[in-house]
Amino acid sequence: MDSLGAPRPTRDVAASAIRLDGVRIAFRLEGGATYEAVADTSIEVAENEFVAIVGPTGCGKSTLLNAVAGLLKPVAGRVDVLGRPLAGLCREAGYLFQQDAVMPWKTALDNVALGLEVAGRSRSEARDEARAWLGRVGLARFTDRYPHQLSGGQRKRVGLAQVLIRHPKILLMDEPFGPLDAQTRQIMGNLLLDLWAADRKAVLFVTHDLEEAIALSDRVLIMSAGPTARIIGDHRIDLARPRDAADIRLDPRFHELHRTIWGQLKAEVIKTYGGEDA
Amino acid sequence: MSRVKLLSLQILVGVVLLAVWWIGSNVKIFGVLLLPPFFFSTPEAVFARVVRMFATGMIWKHLAVTLIETALAFAIGAIGGIVFGFWFARKPTVAAVFDPYLKMINALPRVVLAPIFMLWLGLGIWSKVALGVTLVFFIVFFNVYQGVKEVSPVVLANARLMGMNERQLFRHVYWPSALSWMFSSLHTSVGFALVGAVVGEYLGSSAGLGYLIHQAEGVFDIAGVFAGMLVLAAFVLVIDWAVTAIEDRLLVWRPRNSLNDA
Repeated sequence: MDSLGAPRPTRDVAASAIRLDGVRIAFRLEGGATYEAVADTSIEVAENEFVAIVGPTGCGKSTLLNAVAGLLKPVAGRVDVLGRPLAGLCREAGYLFQQDAVMPWKTALDNVALGLEVAGRSRSEARDEARAWLGRVGLARFTDRYPHQLSGGQRKRVGLAQVLIRHPKILLMDEPFGPLDAQTRQIMGNLLLDLWAADRKAVLFVTHDLEEAIALSDRVLIMSAGPTARIIGDHRIDLARPRDAADIRLDPRFHELHRTIWGQLKAEVIKTYGGEDA
Repeated sequence: MSRVKLLSLQILVGVVLLAVWWIGSNVKIFGVLLLPPFFFSTPEAVFARVVRMFATGMIWKHLAVTLIETALAFAIGAIGGIVFGFWFARKPTVAAVFDPYLKMINALPRVVLAPIFMLWLGLGIWSKVALGVTLVFFIVFFNVYQGVKEVSPVVLANARLMGMNERQLFRHVYWPSALSWMFSSLHTSVGFALVGAVVGEYLGSSAGLGYLIHQAEGVFDIAGVFAGMLVLAAFVLVIDWAVTAIEDRLLVWRPRNSLNDA
């Protein structure tokens, strides 16, 4: 395990893409009490780095991601994106949500083209590019389908294309493959790795699935059980790339990493459920 | 159930109802007619009357008047409902201020407004349109309001992060969502536009289906009343069919509640 304070390896990373410094996130509950979801958290994601945050359910992982996206404001600490303090919504980010976020009233093609149209590109140009992106995520034959006519996995692919077509500088993913079945998740994982390998954006990937986190990322951060969740572990994943999200799970090094990290995560998971029993 | 079987059963119900009516009004059972023609007319007399209405062509004028009133009531009520629905949904303070008044007006049985509209707008089509508008407006208003309020927060967050400004949010998110709610109530609101028109005509006018029925009632012409009702019912069915066609076209993105829907 890398200790938290260890100096980062000096790769060709000049600046950090995402930087959270002493971020605290709290919500006001009904009745006036406050619930501190995330306590004093600092995270740094370098450019080209794929970082996964793993933690027990309800620990505040998604909340943290929303703070990076600018969807909610931390009560303390600072969020820097691409070296600039975040003000309002994070326009540089592409956000893939856990739930379906595509517009149900638009076809797959129109949904994907939307990101470019909003940015002022002409409709025909946007649609041409959207067609190419739908091809890239394996939906070339489904361009004219409405979301309800697609399977859960296909909708995620539309969502992925919708996010990537804008070429965001950073990618935020909130358990994007959570609702999918195990096989589909691995296929989506590989798809994500392939697309990511093309231009290596900075990725902050939230999941509760440790295997998925190890298979995909460069670094796995462990978050403690909430409330007042914090980062309690930072593990470098030194598995060679390119990887296959399914085959890598048979690698002995994968098992070693899994054993080490799980040892730490397990305690937090038990804490979450133990807390509920009490 | 197969289509043919369903259709034949539907026809059977109609035939049975007609047969009961005919027997009741034509055949004496124990020396009495169960459905005296003075009160119930007879099927053949009503059909003869309907045929005559169309043969002489007098019905077209009345149908046209009712159709125009319905269309105007729907159009004006829907536009008003959309504008105010959006405005109130996006400005919670405005909504909170006007809320009790809206509830009050909506609670009012609209028929009592008819005499006022006649006083203000005369016996022409506009008093009927106004009555229809008061009915349509609230249905559309509440649905649009709901449609804007019920936009999925995830879809909204996604749209915002995509960089949409207010205008684009309106066009790509709020508007389609509100429209889907509005269209799901299209049958009701078009129906109420027609109710407004016919009730208005019934209470005072010189043309329209409501006027025809009222005239016939005034002289105890039961065949005329039933004939008017029959034409009105057929008219409603045609409008309803047209609304369904429009709805299918515009809400093609909506999932249908059927298991074998791919």
